[in-house]
Amino acid sequence: MNRFFGFVKKEFQHIFRDVRTVVILFGLPIVMIVLFGFVVTTEIRDVKVGIWDRSMDPTTIRATQKIFSSGYFVPAGYLHSEEEIGALFRNGNAKVVVIFEEDFEKNLVRENRAAIHLITDASDANSAQISLNYLQGVLMTYFKSLNPDTELPWTIHMISRMFYNEELKGVYMFVPGLMALILMLISALMTSVTITREKEFGTMELLLASPLKPREIILGKVMPYVLLSFVNAVTIILLGFLVFNVPVVGSIWLLMLECMLYITLALSLGVLISTSARTQQMAMFMSMLGLMLPTILLSGFIFPIDNMPRILQWLSAIMPARWFIVVVKNIMLKGTGFAFIWKETLILLGMTLLFILASVKRFKIRLN
Amino acid sequence: MRGMRILATLLVKEFKQIFRNRTMLPIIFIVPVVQMILLTYAASLEMKDIKMAVVDQDYSQASRLLTSRFQGSPYIEINLNTTDYQEAVRELTRDRVDVILLMPNDFEKNLYLEQESDLQLVVNAINATEAGLINSYCTRILNDYNNQLRSDWFGLEGSGRIKSLEVIPRFWYNALFDYKIYMFSGILVIIVTLIGMLLTALNLVREKEMGTTEQINVTPIRKYQFLMAKLIPFMVIALFELAFGLVIGRLLFGLPIEGSVGLLFLFTCIYLFVVLGIGLFLSTISNTQQQLMFLAFFFMITFMLMSGVFTPTDSMPTWAQKINVINPVAYFMNVIRRILLKGSAFRDISREFYSLLIYATLILTLAITNYRKTT
Repeated sequence: MNRFFGFVKKEFQHIFRDVRTVVILFGLPIVMIVLFGFVVTTEIRDVKVGIWDRSMDPTTIRATQKIFSSGYFVPAGYLHSEEEIGALFRNGNAKVVVIFEEDFEKNLVRENRAAIHLITDASDANSAQISLNYLQGVLMTYFKSLNPDTELPWTIHMISRMFYNEELKGVYMFVPGLMALILMLISALMTSVTITREKEFGTMELLLASPLKPREIILGKVMPYVLLSFVNAVTIILLGFLVFNVPVVGSIWLLMLECMLYITLALSLGVLISTSARTQQMAMFMSMLGLMLPTILLSGFIFPIDNMPRILQWLSAIMPARWFIVVVKNIMLKGTGFAFIWKETLILLGMTLLFILASVKRFKIRLN
Repeated sequence: MRGMRILATLLVKEFKQIFRNRTMLPIIFIVPVVQMILLTYAASLEMKDIKMAVVDQDYSQASRLLTSRFQGSPYIEINLNTTDYQEAVRELTRDRVDVILLMPNDFEKNLYLEQESDLQLVVNAINATEAGLINSYCTRILNDYNNQLRSDWFGLEGSGRIKSLEVIPRFWYNALFDYKIYMFSGILVIIVTLIGMLLTALNLVREKEMGTTEQINVTPIRKYQFLMAKLIPFMVIALFELAFGLVIGRLLFGLPIEGSVGLLFLFTCIYLFVVLGIGLFLSTISNTQQQLMFLAFFFMITFMLMSGVFTPTDSMPTWAQKINVINPVAYFMNVIRRILLKGSAFRDISREFYSLLIYATLILTLAITNYRKTT
């Protein structure tokens, strides 16, 4: 047993000697959560709007003021002709152009209807639609305030309730995904690379010739990463809570337990990769392309699985991260108990066993 | 003349080495294609079917008509029809439905007698963007229904007197809201960047790790010849990747190429100088491939997420926009989409062009000076 701890200690020293990698290991979750929390948001802000006011009457001037005082839009310029719209879009200086028709106020007073054209640069389809919705909202509120007593009869009011995320914060979506991604990155990528490195440098032979059992060697290699991953998982949960108020509604112990399961899974996957990769570069590319990208793209981390074509949906079913993300969302955000996630847990458990069995079978005591 | 011959020989050697490497070939040719196709399909924020549960506790003509309105929408799929609200909530928790429409039992009565009536929409908002879209989509259906109700049941009385505002939206460049072409152009940027930065840096560090850089250093080959021989092949490969990508995009996704292809390639060249410069710089500060991999991964993911590939840069906080000044990916992301989708000409992108030109000069100078010191 002492021998084993000596080996684990050596592994720890190995990792912590390379300061730069350690900084990235611990810094990565922090930077990512800040990026996802603050930068990668679909909430719109400061959308550049051009105004072409062909009427220039008090109503349109007030409406323009309302648009820019709403906080979502900033002026991109005042136009005077149709050609200027294209130019404004092409050099990226505006996303939306608002056109008030000629004699706007007069039409509104005399004929009771007036038209506003909203031209959006829809090359970015989603943000175009979102900006348009906001802009329409601002304009409608303003014009409703012009004639307050003419509330329409027989009105159905829609009262929307946003479950689990009342303030519609984007970061709620990303915390579970980030956990899945970072744990996978550290556990699987790092383990596969360190074990392959020993193989590549020929030091694996030395270890195998030592009194340590192969089982102990692998366990010893894996141990530091269990700890590192766990620290990272806790960091993400804490940061999410402290900086973005992402709650842990359900049981924290259940969450920790599921994290441990997922870490074990990722580590056994890393060991499996190392049994089939000959060089570090190969192990890296296998983990990067085979694990990283699918974990980001096919797990429902950023892009909802339901929106994908069938084939990709099936493919996503073999991604461990997909099931883990469901589990984390359930415990953290919905506060459900084990009854709602036993199926996902069972799948993760099954995958773990499969990977462990496969790596035991593939692990060779002799190198050549 | 002699210098050119040495460079030519070195280039031949580099190309031979790249194409001999068995793991390299799929990374250059197959992986990008798979990524372009897979990612474009996977990375879709387009809403497809909204799964809805209808809790109709009123069961009146008004509520049934509204239900059929939702049923008739191509984007909504009603998965559950019930009177039990709790059952609907359970389905929401299990992710079997995205949204619950609750019509309380005096829905129609209130509409008649009180002239107004409430109904509730419960949205699973863990994915905030999706929830926002679902909400605005359902509101739109409801408003249409409401307007029709007023004119059908109650006649148009009153509505002529009310000042109404006509908002006419028009969507330029992408009237069908095809999210794929937008995403595809973004993925193309990422792949070109990845190939340029990562392969250059890995190649250089590999020579360093194996000690072959030392051997080159004792030959009469000049530093600039060595570095140019290292950079040019990856520049060529990256440009090839771009051309390849444009063809795939054109054929598979109907990617529009509104602007000048020549301008696009000219801009890409300048951009690649920056990217290769960064790759070269990273290689000078790392000793092993593992270190480099981590550094590059860190920079790539940060640059990528901040570049506006998924979300518009304009909506990012001010500090992030300031950081983006040194993010080459953000410049390229912006420009490639403008040239391809909107047909921007040189005068539209001149600011970005000159900025990257200055950037390229700076980073290459820095990387080359730093390179000399370490070897």
